[in-house]
Amino acid sequence: MPPIIELEGLGVTLGGRKILEGLNCSLSGRAIGLLGPNGAGKSTLINTLLGFYPATAGTARVLGRNIRTEIKQIRALAGYMPESECFIAQMTAVSFVRLMAELSGLPSEAALERAHEALFYVGLGEARYRLLGTYSLGMKQLAKLAQAIAHGPRLLILDEPTNGLDPPARQRMIRLIREMRDSRDLHILLCSHLLRDVEETCEEVLILKDGHQVHYANLEEERRANRRFLELETLGGDGAFAEAVEGLDCECAITASGFSAPAGSHTDRSPRRFKMVLGQDFALQDLYRLAEEHGVQIRRLNYRRDSLEDIFLKAMENSNGRP
Amino acid sequence: MAVHKRSYHSYAGEFSPAWSRFLIVSRYAYQRALSSRFIVVYFAICFFYPLGCALALYMNHNQRLLAIFNLSSFFSVDATFFYHFMNVQGVLAFVLTALVGPGLVSPDLANHALPLYFCRPFSRVEYVLGKLFVLVLMLSLVTWIPGEILVLIQSSLVGASWIWSNLWMAASIFLGSAIEILVFSLLALALSAWIKRKTAAGAALLGVFFFGAGFGQAINAVLRTKNGSLIDLGSLLARIEIQLFHQYSRRAAAVPADWAWLVLLAIGAFCLLLLEKKVRAYEVVRG
Repeated sequence: MPPIIELEGLGVTLGGRKILEGLNCSLSGRAIGLLGPNGAGKSTLINTLLGFYPATAGTARVLGRNIRTEIKQIRALAGYMPESECFIAQMTAVSFVRLMAELSGLPSEAALERAHEALFYVGLGEARYRLLGTYSLGMKQLAKLAQAIAHGPRLLILDEPTNGLDPPARQRMIRLIREMRDSRDLHILLCSHLLRDVEETCEEVLILKDGHQVHYANLEEERRANRRFLELETLGGDGAFAEAVEGLDCECAITASGFSAPAGSHTDRSPRRFKMVLGQDFALQDLYRLAEEHGVQIRRLNYRRDSLEDIFLKAMENSNGRP
Repeated sequence: MAVHKRSYHSYAGEFSPAWSRFLIVSRYAYQRALSSRFIVVYFAICFFYPLGCALALYMNHNQRLLAIFNLSSFFSVDATFFYHFMNVQGVLAFVLTALVGPGLVSPDLANHALPLYFCRPFSRVEYVLGKLFVLVLMLSLVTWIPGEILVLIQSSLVGASWIWSNLWMAASIFLGSAIEILVFSLLALALSAWIKRKTAAGAALLGVFFFGAGFGQAINAVLRTKNGSLIDLGSLLARIEIQLFHQYSRRAAAVPADWAWLVLLAIGAFCLLLLEKKVRAYEVVRG
């Protein structure tokens, strides 16, 4: 898949302060997450990609267009949902979305049609003739999403889309983002400091800290890779069982034993915990067979994977020595 | 696609020409401005004087009416007639600017809407042009357009030769109005961009004119100079109109015409600078 966003030594200085420095990355996922603590430079990166802030070093490409020379083309292909509350208070939602679609280049009639469609799509169909000033925070977020998709962009940039939303509204927003991602009509760049939002929607993640890129992860690949770890909780099982398991094309280690056993349990059937790194030819049925042969009762079996939180925390730890 | 088919799909239709997109902003701004009954009524009132002038021109050439009063004409239609017309319409245009202008940019700033405009293939210049066009068209409709129509009426009543010998007056009406419109519009937009509250921006516009005039006169009186008039926008505009219509006024004559042109040019440039600083998606806070 051709890259959606390419950062080539991108640096941004604002008000005499370096906000972004030396970003180098190529992102091509259908949904790309931009993660980082507050002040990491996530929103600045988005604003630079949209041409609001000038790049002071390097450059970037969005959908193959250079931000230094082809910003108008980039803006024509992108839809943007800003983080802050922004709307025009004395306008109905349908007029507002229509205006935004017209400014994106749609003829008046087409813009009106698309405005209705977008508002129905985000779930504001019944409220589309109400003034935006009378909307709740959740409705305003949805109206912002509607204006971002009304002109049918190829790249949808969402800056903290679930900010200030209650749990049901957040779920609805996440569902919409997933639906759009799966429609395969557009790519999504989601900027958030909420790991769960990114984990639920994105395939690729770029983690920033203090304006630097501290980690890039392809979540899909990480998920696949992490399926090779297996955590096992058993009643019984000793070194002989562990040795036998290693014969199944995997590494095995007893990570805990003799911990609080259930009342009345026998000593040779005390609880144990194994951690296994699985090889290519490992078959789960063989493990069950071995357990039966050694009289081991498997109480829990868990394919462990690094959560995004683990990846994020690791990235933050690794970047601590950064100047 | 019907609205009930609730799924995301991209747009594959035609696009509007890029050059015309600034007019979209103007169209929506007109809708908003003319949704106020007060502005509509005031806008209608602005046409009363031109209508009265047109009627007066007609009566001035109505032989039956002139015969009743045994006069050859009620008044002479010359530069003074059009100079007074410009003065009256200038005041009306200024009040119209104070009513419409503050509502153009300040609501967008107050609601942080500018990123939504500029994340599209729509530039800051187009935004300012679109907003400027709202005032330029409305003020044109109450200043030079009726002025030129009066010139045409007079010419049709007197004869085509009149317009050729008075073509300079038609040019003066256009030029004088154009300067007035640009100064009013740029000032209104700049104040609207810097003051987020609509009413405060309107008050500031009135303040620039009236406090400027008062302060300028105070400087003249205290320092026994004429340079105070350089901050009196009304005097500066009057000075230029006097020059254009070959008239005389003691107050306006205090300012040399060259200086008046220069100061108005500087004011226009300053307003553009203010707009350049403020009309952007996000402001960068230094420090």
